[in-house]
Amino acid sequence: MSNGVNVQALLDAREALKGAPEAAQFTWRASSKWQHGVHSTTKIQKFFGLGQEQSHKSEAVFEADHPEIFAAEDNGVTPIEYLLVGLAACLTAGVASVAQNRGIKLNSVESVVEGDHDIRGILGADSDVRNGFNDVKVTFTIDADASPAEIEALVAQSQKRSAVFDALTNPTNVTVEVA
Amino acid sequence: MYVTTAVIGAGHAGLAASCFLTAASVDHVVLERGEVANSWRRERWDSLRLLTPNWLSRLPGAAYEGPDPDGYADMGEVVDLLERSAKDVPVRTGVNVTSVRRSSEGYTLTTGEGPIRARTVVIASGACNRPVVPSFDVPPGVEQVTPFGYRNPSRLPDGGVLVVGASATGVQLAAEIQQSGRPVVLSAGEHVRMPRVYRDRDVLWWMHHSGVWSQRYDELDDLTRARRLPSPQLVAGSTLDLNTLTSMGVELVGRLSAIRDGAALFSGGLRNVAALADLKLNRLLDTFDEWAGTAPGERPEPTRVPKSARWRLDLRSGEIGSIVWATGYRPDYSWLDVPVVDEKGSLIHDGGVVGDGLYALGLPVLRRRRSTFLCGIEDDARDIVDHLRLHLAG
Ligand SMILES: Cc1cc2nc3c(=O)[nH]c(=O)nc-3n(C[C@H](O)[C@H](O)[C@H](O)COP(=O)(O)OP(=O)(O)OC[C@H]3O[C@@H](n4cnc5c(N)ncnc54)[C@H](O)[C@@H]3O)c2cc1C
Repeated sequence: MSNGVNVQALLDAREALKGAPEAAQFTWRASSKWQHGVHSTTKIQKFFGLGQEQSHKSEAVFEADHPEIFAAEDNGVTPIEYLLVGLAACLTAGVASVAQNRGIKLNSVESVVEGDHDIRGILGADSDVRNGFNDVKVTFTIDADASPAEIEALVAQSQKRSAVFDALTNPTNVTVEVA
Repeated sequence: MYVTTAVIGAGHAGLAASCFLTAASVDHVVLERGEVANSWRRERWDSLRLLTPNWLSRLPGAAYEGPDPDGYADMGEVVDLLERSAKDVPVRTGVNVTSVRRSSEGYTLTTGEGPIRARTVVIASGACNRPVVPSFDVPPGVEQVTPFGYRNPSRLPDGGVLVVGASATGVQLAAEIQQSGRPVVLSAGEHVRMPRVYRDRDVLWWMHHSGVWSQRYDELDDLTRARRLPSPQLVAGSTLDLNTLTSMGVELVGRLSAIRDGAALFSGGLRNVAALADLKLNRLLDTFDEWAGTAPGERPEPTRVPKSARWRLDLRSGEIGSIVWATGYRPDYSWLDVPVVDEKGSLIHDGGVVGDGLYALGLPVLRRRRSTFLCGIEDDARDIVDHLRLHLAG
């Protein structure tokens, strides 16, 4: 049975890194450039981990803009929508990994992620309204050779081990500087 | 002074070890810094009753003999039980062990009454010597209380109380504080949910008879995790889960993740920790049904999680007068001068065998799932003393 996740490699890494916390320190990087209006282009390729510089196989390019109803050109998705991409991708990877580890064959995994956002916050229209999401809802539809309770357990466990779920549900220190 | 075996601590673990040492004719002494049953006398709150029923209060030297086997003992009754089990035990009370170090013949203990040399040592000093308090920047004016300092709600300042932690201690204190008229906000991370009764029997009857509690440490898939598992949400006599607390008016929030600018910030993952606990509970009940060979009994209602739990609580607004840290307990090995404690402060051992004649009792899942409970000590202490005898013979 395989969902294509190399769980053994992950388990081996967990064991190896238990005794080597320095190697477990990663830095992920994105470089962004303003284009025009509220349009920007962000590129990702290099990162740091396992004690040295690493690189993805190829560079990935992300366009961010705002839709026309925001009087923008809509050259790409809205920045906050990238959070939805991250959350969906992270939870889905988690579901696949946990399923692999538990010997559960997945036939299909689909999800819809919705972020409720009161934009009066970012517009400064009401100081009691926050800038970010008020609520985020993820709905998974999973077809797998498993009971409904086992499928729920997959989704629960994937949240428990998700980097993006943690980053969205818990506060994080953020420093923004001018170089 | 020289003894073959020095036992440190006269809680039920040390007393049980003594029982088996006596049976094996190993000359020994039990050293206790306070009195017999010191933790139960000094480190518990007023209303506390055992969450294990009386019929599970079984120690090698004594067992519950009263008229109410299904009742739950108060602290006086627990102290009586331990004192009965200590009747023939060579305890020296008021002897604090301040150092244990390796010596050519075994170990040398430094105590308030002079050095003691021993070939072997049993560490039975308890798993709950200190309350764990996470380091957060709590604004002045908010009183902080640990379960060791807490006695009853009337000693808390007026106003709301933030109880952090939803294991046995946290849910019990949240309930009685809420009932005292102080509004409680309960911060819940991962927790272990249990109904008091399943299919007309105490849930611990099921844990005991189904064999779940006697699962051995070397047969578990993930021992590290099993040892870190928080205590179950149980109280004497009735179910006390998050739904009970919500019905009482307690407000649920997620795990406390930071205190920033005087505000407590809670994780937005409350729904998932509740889901994990519900799933886990249902799997446990499935195990009971499988063991009993019967159709599933009624499942508890899923945990009701507020639609939008608060994730921010201003600690400077006056709403909260005190914080109760029910964030767990940890052992204290500051007196142990043998390099057998890992960087997280846990003793390194294999089923209670530390090595070179050093042993431990009373730690989580030491040899079985029930190792830290009163009813778990008999089998563990017997195993450990068996090993110790072989060590002496070899
Ligand atoms: C709040 C709470 C409620 C609990 N409820 C239950 C329950 O309902 N049912 C159940 O079965 N279990 C319960 N337990 C778990 C367990 O039974 C208790 O923790 C019990 O006290 C453990 O017994 P012990 O002998 O291992 O340790 P302890 O009872 O803590 O005994 C250790 C002894 O060692 C002494 N000591 C420590 N260090 C030194 C030193 N350096 N020198 C000399 N003496 C030393 C201490 O003074 C103490 O008397 C509960 C635990 C807690 C914290």
